[in-house]
Amino acid sequence: MSQSIEKLEGFEGPGFMATSLDKAVGLARKNSIWPLPFATSCCGIEFMATMASTYDLARFGSERLSFSPRQADLLMVMGTIAKKMGPVLRQVYEQMAEPKWVIAVGACASTGGIFDTYSVLQGIDRIIPVDVYVPGCPPRPEQILDGVMKIQDLVHNESLRRRNSPEYKEMLASYGIE
Amino acid sequence: MASTITPDFITQKLQEKFGDDIQLVELPYGFPTYTVAKKAVYDVVAFLKNDPALSFQFLTTMCGLHYPNTNKDFGLMLQLHNLPENVQVRIKCFTDEVNPSFKTFTTLWPAANWMEREAYDFFGFNFEGHPDLRRILNMDSLEGWPLRKEFPLEDPFRRDKDDKMFGR
Repeated sequence: MSQSIEKLEGFEGPGFMATSLDKAVGLARKNSIWPLPFATSCCGIEFMATMASTYDLARFGSERLSFSPRQADLLMVMGTIAKKMGPVLRQVYEQMAEPKWVIAVGACASTGGIFDTYSVLQGIDRIIPVDVYVPGCPPRPEQILDGVMKIQDLVHNESLRRRNSPEYKEMLASYGIE
Repeated sequence: MASTITPDFITQKLQEKFGDDIQLVELPYGFPTYTVAKKAVYDVVAFLKNDPALSFQFLTTMCGLHYPNTNKDFGLMLQLHNLPENVQVRIKCFTDEVNPSFKTFTTLWPAANWMEREAYDFFGFNFEGHPDLRRILNMDSLEGWPLRKEFPLEDPFRRDKDDKMFGR
């Protein structure tokens, strides 16, 4: 796991290195993601294993879970979201500060899974934008780690201007957010 | 130690007091079950609770029933428990009304509050005198009564599950 010691692209000389702000900020952000676990069922149990010593999400800089949405960078939705829970999830998402990312862990959060029923939200992307989907019922901790690493790639390569772009605002508007 | 409150004793007490309003007496798996006339259900339950010889003082559960295409489609079921004697009893009543209304049981047990809200939420039953009859488990904006048999189970707004592929 040599994720954190990778070398930035840039111009190097004796005792100094020059790179773009985007890349430096991206490197800092990707290795200090504070996840907010929104665990409602069995995928949450797999997440507990992911955080524990064997799989150890802390190796990827996500040591510190944030249980306040206002300080979180990554919303991890793990488990079945009933339609009654929908507005709660949406409010949590709206309370998070930009930049923010969302990962849907497991079949239920991604599509409703086996719960093809009137009371269950058929995928959280009906109400909030999602960056990475992790399949599985439930996914193994390795899969969740893989999903988080995909998020790290997004964080690392995101332009600092993206959140101000008209495309991003349009995307949020399509969800009726702001 | 066998309780003095035997099924026969309960049946005798009920028939003495309510006569023909006790429509059906059953003993499935040894569980005394009485189907009573709808107009008498509140009085039967109150009698079972308050009669000193019976004193079924604990409301175990209550729920709505729906047997479509019978004479009396909708019903209500209550289960009572005499804790000191450890005897249970089940009361059912059926009605041919489409939107049944029952007298609230919250006057007997405050615990009936949420159970009646559940019966309202899933079957659309009304409970006269209930202090706060609104949905409890489903989202407020849901239309219809999900545990009525004609209610479609699948989410009508699904986009990713194609009927052709899933064989519905």
